[in-house]
Amino acid sequence: MFDIERWQEIFDTLSKNKLRTFLTGLSVASGIFILVVLLGFSSGIQNGVSDQFSNDAKGEISVWTRSTTKEYKGLNPGRYIQLKQEDYNRINQLYGDYLEYKSSNYMIWRAQTNYLKEAGNYRAYGVLPDYQFIKNSDIGSGRFINFSDIENETKVAVIGNQIKLDLFKNEDPINKDIKINDINFKVIGVFYDPGGEQAESEIFMPLTTAQKAFNGIDIINNLSFTVKMSDDIDASTQLTTFVASGIERELKQMHTVAPDDAGAIRIQNSLEQFRRYYSLISIIKAIFWFVGIGTIIAGIVGVGNIMLIIVKERTKEIGIRKALGALPMSIVGMIMQEAIYVTMFSGLFGLIFGLALLEIVGPLIETNYIKHPQVDFNTALITVFVLVIAGALAGFIPAYRAAKIKPIEALRDE
Amino acid sequence: MIQVKNLHKSYQMGSNSLHVLKGINFDVKEGEMVSIMGSSGSGKSTFLNILGILDEADSGSYILDGVPIKDLNEKIAAKYRNEFLGFVFQSFNLIGFKSALDNVAMPLYYKGMKRKERLELAAHYLEKVGLADWSHHLPNEMSGGQKQRVAVARALVTNPKILLADEPTGALDSKTSYEVMELIQEINSEGKTVLIVTHENDIANMTKRIINLKDGVVIDDNLINQHILNQHV
Repeated sequence: MFDIERWQEIFDTLSKNKLRTFLTGLSVASGIFILVVLLGFSSGIQNGVSDQFSNDAKGEISVWTRSTTKEYKGLNPGRYIQLKQEDYNRINQLYGDYLEYKSSNYMIWRAQTNYLKEAGNYRAYGVLPDYQFIKNSDIGSGRFINFSDIENETKVAVIGNQIKLDLFKNEDPINKDIKINDINFKVIGVFYDPGGEQAESEIFMPLTTAQKAFNGIDIINNLSFTVKMSDDIDASTQLTTFVASGIERELKQMHTVAPDDAGAIRIQNSLEQFRRYYSLISIIKAIFWFVGIGTIIAGIVGVGNIMLIIVKERTKEIGIRKALGALPMSIVGMIMQEAIYVTMFSGLFGLIFGLALLEIVGPLIETNYIKHPQVDFNTALITVFVLVIAGALAGFIPAYRAAKIKPIEALRDE
Repeated sequence: MIQVKNLHKSYQMGSNSLHVLKGINFDVKEGEMVSIMGSSGSGKSTFLNILGILDEADSGSYILDGVPIKDLNEKIAAKYRNEFLGFVFQSFNLIGFKSALDNVAMPLYYKGMKRKERLELAAHYLEKVGLADWSHHLPNEMSGGQKQRVAVARALVTNPKILLADEPTGALDSKTSYEVMELIQEINSEGKTVLIVTHENDIANMTKRIINLKDGVVIDDNLINQHILNQHV
């Protein structure tokens, strides 16, 4: 392998057959090139999709209620199901061990909000402190609602960045008073949300304050939870589904709702949704690998084929070499090394070319579902490894044939 | 140098077997120059292939320089070919994409010699066959006579015990044939054992001994009065 003489032989042979070498190399290089680009884009799609659904990946369960649609135990359909704080407490008691963050929320659909002369209508929520983590929002300045706010029913509010821009322009909103439906609240924090403008147009205040200020008593509109996640997406999904159905069963029982009434109590399990996208990504990835490997195989078969032709073409030469004292092993080595060299060299060429393309074109792609297409170092290593194996395979059969050539038959004058 | 006793060889041609060599007895001493003659189908090429360890006999014994040549694996056969034998073929069998010098140096490569030494030695042999100026030419830039001289140089470069030539002049006109034969005579006069397969009488007459094969057996074996081409040798 590290015999300089052998390399000289190989370079000699290859440079004497430039076109053949070039075409062989091209088939392998394009195979690898396509594989790399496909893998890059599959990771791009993965990045893009997980970015889009990054919130959903946390295993959020949210509970909403409406009116019943079915008659059950003598109760007429059309009865509105109102969640109360006791529902939250009951579920917390039953499933608290599985839940990471939990919040019960009271919602004001359109909250007329004023700061001095600026005004706007926003959605406002009375929430518990955990809600920050369920929403996945970042506090840009100030703080989020804490437990003492809940205890003391303080009149404080956390506003989204969009509201800050609308009402405060360049002013610092912290500790300024705003009016929400004519009640004064002090701004204690501004949050950012990856969900964008829409998600940043919300106001959060302590649940207890909201209930008291806006006639909520102990009424709540919805419940939000996140389930404790493990690294295994399937196990997490299973757990989330288990908890979600448990909550549904419990609430239906508490509110005397028919078990098959799908409208009255609605449970949204974001992980279930995410998993669907996730498995879609896996499928896309698998298809890309499949296509990529297929292209490489085509390239390798091409190399193998050409090596066979080379052996055929060089039968006489191999016969001469054997007559002059070449060992069978040195013939096998020569052919295999040539095949490995050609696949390696052109494969690396395709790899570098593909990586360069991803590097240059990748950042220019700005659609929602493709982001940072790239191939990581490990994948690149695997491809190189696959290449060497492939080269050896492509070379082996022709080399074996070459070794079997009998000098006497090769040299027969015809 | 060569002792052959009761050598048999047959080829399987479909369902019937073709008995090519039917018990050949043959001895060659060191320094001899022998021609093997016979019409086509007499088995002379087969015989030469067996002598050249390119093929193996079915039965009988073949002793080359005291070494029995029997049941060799490919590796040892390759080693013996490299050490004991130099081949010259009718169609030269040079490697087309290698220069004359590289062609001559090739057996030394398989012997494991370093490139520098090998090229020096090859250059020396090319000079000996009178082609020092052609060392960097490819075979297809040379005439038939020149190619055969390159082949002779290649056959000699490992300093083998025996030079085996299979119709060395078969593809050459008579003038170049004589030049090549003159070269071979010169080599023989330096003490190298030479075996030539030919069907041309004038070529055979340039050797010292003629063996006639017919239907796989030796029908006569005579020392002759050699026709020496260069009186200065």
